[in-house]
Amino acid sequence: MSLAWVLTLGAFLFSVGVYGVLARKNAVLVLMSIELMLNSVNINLIAFNAWFRDSAAVGQIFALFIITVAAAEVGVGLAIVLLVFRNRKTINVDEVDLLKW
Amino acid sequence: MSWPAVFVAIFGAVAAISAVAVVLSRNVVHAALSLVVVLGAAGAIFLVLGAEFVGWTQILIYVGAIVVLLLFGLMLTAAPIGKHALDNQQRGVAFLTSAAVFGVFTFIIWRSFGSQRIHLNQVVRTSDIGRSLFSGYILPFEVVSVLLLAALVGAIVLAKKD
Repeated sequence: MSLAWVLTLGAFLFSVGVYGVLARKNAVLVLMSIELMLNSVNINLIAFNAWFRDSAAVGQIFALFIITVAAAEVGVGLAIVLLVFRNRKTINVDEVDLLKW
Repeated sequence: MSWPAVFVAIFGAVAAISAVAVVLSRNVVHAALSLVVVLGAAGAIFLVLGAEFVGWTQILIYVGAIVVLLLFGLMLTAAPIGKHALDNQQRGVAFLTSAAVFGVFTFIIWRSFGSQRIHLNQVVRTSDIGRSLFSGYILPFEVVSVLLLAALVGAIVLAKKD
Protein backbone atom coordinates (compact mmCIF):
# COMPACT_ATOMS: atom_id res chain seq x y z
CA MET A 1 0.00 0.00 0.00
CA SER A 2 1.31 3.43 -0.87
CA LEU A 3 2.24 5.63 2.06
CA ALA A 4 1.49 8.83 0.18
CA TRP A 5 -2.22 8.03 -0.32
CA VAL A 6 -2.77 7.66 3.43
CA LEU A 7 -0.89 10.91 4.04
CA THR A 8 -3.01 12.60 1.35
CA LEU A 9 -6.14 11.46 3.20
CA GLY A 10 -4.75 13.09 6.34
CA ALA A 11 -3.97 16.28 4.43
CA PHE A 12 -7.50 16.34 2.99
CA LEU A 13 -9.12 15.94 6.41
CA PHE A 14 -6.87 18.69 7.77
CA SER A 15 -7.84 21.06 4.94
CA VAL A 16 -11.52 20.34 5.48
CA GLY A 17 -11.00 21.16 9.15
CA VAL A 18 -9.28 24.43 8.22
CA TYR A 19 -12.27 25.32 6.05
CA GLY A 20 -14.67 24.51 8.88
CA VAL A 21 -12.77 26.62 11.42
CA LEU A 22 -12.70 29.60 9.06
CA ALA A 23 -16.21 29.39 7.62
CA ARG A 24 -18.39 28.21 10.51
CA LYS A 25 -20.16 30.64 12.82
CA ASN A 26 -21.39 28.34 15.57
CA ALA A 27 -18.67 27.79 18.18
CA VAL A 28 -19.52 24.10 18.67
CA LEU A 29 -19.13 23.52 14.93
CA VAL A 30 -15.73 25.24 15.11
CA LEU A 31 -14.77 22.78 17.87
CA MET A 32 -15.89 19.89 15.63
CA SER A 33 -13.65 21.16 12.84
CA ILE A 34 -10.73 21.31 15.27
CA GLU A 35 -11.42 17.66 16.13
CA LEU A 36 -11.19 16.87 12.41
CA MET A 37 -7.77 18.52 12.21
CA LEU A 38 -6.45 16.71 15.30
CA ASN A 39 -7.71 13.42 13.92
CA SER A 40 -5.98 13.94 10.58
CA VAL A 41 -2.70 14.30 12.46
CA ASN A 42 -3.42 10.96 14.14
CA ILE A 43 -3.87 9.32 10.73
CA ASN A 44 -0.46 10.69 9.70
CA LEU A 45 1.20 9.39 12.86
CA ILE A 46 -0.29 5.91 12.51
CA ALA A 47 0.65 5.73 8.82
CA PHE A 48 4.25 6.75 9.55
CA ASN A 49 4.39 4.24 12.39
CA ALA A 50 3.24 1.44 10.06
CA TRP A 51 5.73 2.58 7.42
CA PHE A 52 8.64 2.91 9.84
CA ARG A 53 7.95 -0.45 11.56
CA ASP A 54 9.16 0.88 14.86
CA SER A 55 9.23 -1.77 17.55
CA ALA A 56 8.66 0.86 20.28
CA ALA A 57 5.51 2.13 18.46
CA VAL A 58 6.40 5.77 19.07
CA GLY A 59 3.88 7.01 16.48
CA GLN A 60 1.04 5.22 18.19
CA ILE A 61 2.07 6.58 21.59
CA PHE A 62 2.03 10.12 20.25
CA ALA A 63 -1.38 9.45 18.69
CA LEU A 64 -2.61 8.41 22.14
CA PHE A 65 -1.24 11.65 23.62
CA ILE A 66 -3.04 13.65 20.92
CA ILE A 67 -6.31 11.84 21.66
CA THR A 68 -5.90 12.70 25.35
CA VAL A 69 -5.11 16.34 24.65
CA ALA A 70 -8.10 16.50 22.29
CA ALA A 71 -10.36 15.24 25.08
CA ALA A 72 -9.00 17.91 27.45
CA GLU A 73 -9.36 20.56 24.76
CA VAL A 74 -12.98 19.77 23.99
CA GLY A 75 -13.85 19.72 27.71
CA VAL A 76 -12.42 23.17 28.40
CA GLY A 77 -13.68 24.47 25.04
CA LEU A 78 -17.25 23.44 25.74
CA ALA A 79 -17.08 24.95 29.23
CA ILE A 80 -15.99 28.26 27.67
CA VAL A 81 -18.75 27.99 25.06
CA LEU A 82 -21.37 27.39 27.78
CA LEU A 83 -20.06 30.38 29.74
CA VAL A 84 -20.21 32.62 26.67
CA PHE A 85 -23.75 31.42 25.98
CA ARG A 86 -24.80 32.16 29.56
CA ASN A 87 -23.39 35.68 29.43
CA ARG A 88 -24.19 36.74 25.85
CA LYS A 89 -27.12 34.47 24.82
CA THR A 90 -25.27 33.57 21.63
CA ILE A 91 -22.38 31.32 20.62
CA ASN A 92 -21.88 32.81 17.18
CA VAL A 93 -18.19 33.57 17.16
CA ASP A 94 -18.60 36.69 15.02
CA GLU A 95 -21.00 38.25 17.56
CA VAL A 96 -18.55 37.80 20.44
CA ASP A 97 -16.53 40.85 19.44
CA LEU A 98 -16.14 42.87 22.62
CA LEU A 99 -12.38 42.99 22.22
CA LYS A 100 -12.57 43.85 18.53
CA TRP A 101 -11.29 47.23 17.51
CA MET B 1 -3.99 -4.01 -4.90
CA SER B 2 -3.86 -5.85 -1.61
CA TRP B 3 -6.81 -6.27 0.74
CA PRO B 4 -5.54 -3.78 3.37
CA ALA B 5 -5.14 -1.16 0.66
CA VAL B 6 -8.71 -1.80 -0.51
CA PHE B 7 -10.03 -1.40 3.03
CA VAL B 8 -8.01 1.77 3.60
CA ALA B 9 -9.33 3.18 0.32
CA ILE B 10 -12.95 2.40 1.22
CA PHE B 11 -12.74 3.79 4.75
CA GLY B 12 -10.73 6.76 3.51
CA ALA B 13 -13.40 7.63 0.96
CA VAL B 14 -16.10 7.33 3.64
CA ALA B 15 -14.09 9.55 5.98
CA ALA B 16 -13.43 12.18 3.30
CA ILE B 17 -17.08 12.40 2.21
CA SER B 18 -18.33 12.58 5.79
CA ALA B 19 -15.73 15.23 6.66
CA VAL B 20 -17.07 17.40 3.86
CA ALA B 21 -20.56 16.79 5.23
CA VAL B 22 -19.39 17.97 8.68
CA VAL B 23 -18.35 21.39 7.41
CA LEU B 24 -21.10 21.86 4.81
CA SER B 25 -24.16 20.51 6.64
CA ARG B 26 -26.97 22.98 7.31
CA ASN B 27 -28.07 21.06 10.38
CA VAL B 28 -25.84 21.01 13.46
CA VAL B 29 -26.97 17.56 14.61
CA HIS B 30 -26.30 16.09 11.16
CA ALA B 31 -22.82 17.65 11.32
CA ALA B 32 -22.17 15.94 14.67
CA LEU B 33 -23.41 12.58 13.35
CA SER B 34 -21.20 12.94 10.25
CA LEU B 35 -18.30 13.54 12.63
CA VAL B 36 -19.10 10.15 14.20
CA VAL B 37 -18.74 8.53 10.76
CA VAL B 38 -15.41 10.31 10.11
CA LEU B 39 -13.94 9.26 13.46
CA GLY B 40 -15.23 5.70 13.13
CA ALA B 41 -13.76 5.36 9.64
CA ALA B 42 -10.44 6.75 10.91
CA GLY B 43 -10.52 4.18 13.73
CA ALA B 44 -11.08 1.44 11.16
CA ILE B 45 -8.07 2.71 9.19
CA PHE B 46 -6.00 2.55 12.38
CA LEU B 47 -7.06 -1.08 12.85
CA VAL B 48 -6.12 -1.95 9.27
CA LEU B 49 -2.74 -0.26 9.70
CA GLY B 50 -1.98 -2.52 12.66
CA ALA B 51 -2.64 -0.03 15.44
CA GLU B 52 -5.03 -2.11 17.52
CA PHE B 53 -5.00 -0.20 20.77
CA VAL B 54 -5.13 3.26 19.17
CA GLY B 55 -7.99 2.16 16.92
CA TRP B 56 -10.19 1.01 19.78
CA THR B 57 -9.18 4.00 21.91
CA GLN B 58 -10.23 6.22 19.03
CA ILE B 59 -13.66 4.58 18.86
CA LEU B 60 -14.06 4.61 22.65
CA ILE B 61 -12.94 8.19 23.35
CA TYR B 62 -13.89 10.08 20.22
CA VAL B 63 -17.14 8.37 19.28
CA GLY B 64 -18.11 7.45 22.82
CA ALA B 65 -17.14 10.56 24.73
CA ILE B 66 -16.18 13.56 22.63
CA VAL B 67 -19.08 13.47 20.17
CA VAL B 68 -21.54 12.94 23.03
CA LEU B 69 -19.97 15.96 24.76
CA LEU B 70 -20.33 18.01 21.56
CA LEU B 71 -24.00 16.97 21.25
CA PHE B 72 -24.53 18.04 24.88
CA GLY B 73 -22.93 21.35 23.98
CA LEU B 74 -25.26 21.78 21.03
CA MET B 75 -28.33 21.08 23.15
CA LEU B 76 -27.29 23.21 26.14
CA THR B 77 -26.57 26.22 23.95
CA ALA B 78 -29.94 26.00 22.17
CA ALA B 79 -28.28 25.56 18.81
CA PRO B 80 -30.48 26.41 15.85
CA ILE B 81 -31.79 22.98 14.86
CA GLY B 82 -33.01 23.34 11.32
CA LYS B 83 -32.16 25.50 8.40
CA HIS B 84 -30.31 28.53 9.69
CA ALA B 85 -27.25 30.39 8.58
CA LEU B 86 -24.37 28.50 10.17
CA ASP B 87 -21.64 30.00 8.02
CA ASN B 88 -20.15 33.48 8.07
CA GLN B 89 -19.31 35.61 5.06
CA GLN B 90 -15.78 34.23 4.65
CA ARG B 91 -16.66 31.06 2.78
CA GLY B 92 -14.77 32.03 -0.36
CA VAL B 93 -11.62 33.01 1.50
CA ALA B 94 -11.91 29.92 3.69
CA PHE B 95 -12.20 27.69 0.62
CA LEU B 96 -9.18 29.32 -1.01
CA THR B 97 -7.13 28.95 2.17
CA SER B 98 -7.99 25.29 2.69
CA ALA B 99 -7.43 24.52 -1.00
CA ALA B 100 -3.99 26.16 -0.78
CA VAL B 101 -3.18 24.17 2.38
CA PHE B 102 -4.25 20.94 0.69
CA GLY B 103 -2.28 21.75 -2.46
CA VAL B 104 0.93 22.51 -0.60
CA PHE B 105 0.59 19.44 1.64
CA THR B 106 -0.13 17.13 -1.29
CA PHE B 107 2.78 18.52 -3.31
CA ILE B 108 5.22 18.04 -0.45
CA ILE B 109 3.89 14.59 0.46
CA TRP B 110 4.12 13.22 -3.07
CA ARG B 111 7.52 14.75 -3.67
CA SER B 112 8.94 13.32 -0.45
CA PHE B 113 7.12 10.01 0.03
CA GLY B 114 5.64 9.31 -3.41
CA SER B 115 7.55 6.06 -3.88
CA GLN B 116 7.37 4.74 -0.30
CA ARG B 117 5.24 1.70 0.48
CA ILE B 118 3.77 0.44 3.73
CA HIS B 119 4.45 -3.26 4.36
CA LEU B 120 1.93 -4.51 6.87
CA ASN B 121 3.61 -7.47 8.45
CA GLN B 122 3.22 -6.71 12.12
CA VAL B 123 0.46 -5.75 14.49
CA VAL B 124 1.51 -3.61 17.43
CA ARG B 125 -0.14 -5.32 20.35
CA THR B 126 -1.40 -3.57 23.45
CA SER B 127 1.40 -5.10 25.52
CA ASP B 128 3.98 -3.50 23.21
CA ILE B 129 2.30 -0.11 23.65
CA GLY B 130 2.18 -0.55 27.41
CA ARG B 131 5.82 -1.60 27.63
CA SER B 132 6.92 1.37 25.53
CA LEU B 133 4.63 3.80 27.34
CA PHE B 134 5.77 2.81 30.82
CA SER B 135 9.46 2.63 30.06
CA GLY B 136 10.58 5.39 27.71
CA TYR B 137 7.53 7.66 27.82
CA ILE B 138 6.59 7.60 31.48
CA LEU B 139 7.24 11.32 32.00
CA PRO B 140 5.02 12.55 29.11
CA PHE B 141 2.41 10.06 30.30
CA GLU B 142 2.36 11.61 33.78
CA VAL B 143 2.37 15.13 32.35
CA VAL B 144 -0.64 14.27 30.20
CA SER B 145 -2.48 12.89 33.22
CA VAL B 146 -1.83 16.15 35.10
CA LEU B 147 -3.07 18.04 32.03
CA LEU B 148 -6.29 16.02 32.07
CA LEU B 149 -6.77 16.79 35.77
CA ALA B 150 -6.16 20.49 35.14
CA ALA B 151 -8.64 20.48 32.26
CA LEU B 152 -11.21 18.72 34.43
CA VAL B 153 -10.85 21.24 37.26
CA GLY B 154 -10.79 24.14 34.81
CA ALA B 155 -13.94 23.00 33.04
CA ILE B 156 -15.81 22.61 36.33
CA VAL B 157 -14.67 26.03 37.57
CA LEU B 158 -15.64 27.68 34.28
CA ALA B 159 -19.04 26.08 33.89
CA LYS B 160 -20.07 26.29 37.55
CA LYS B 161 -22.80 28.79 38.41
CA ASP B 162 -21.54 31.06 41.17
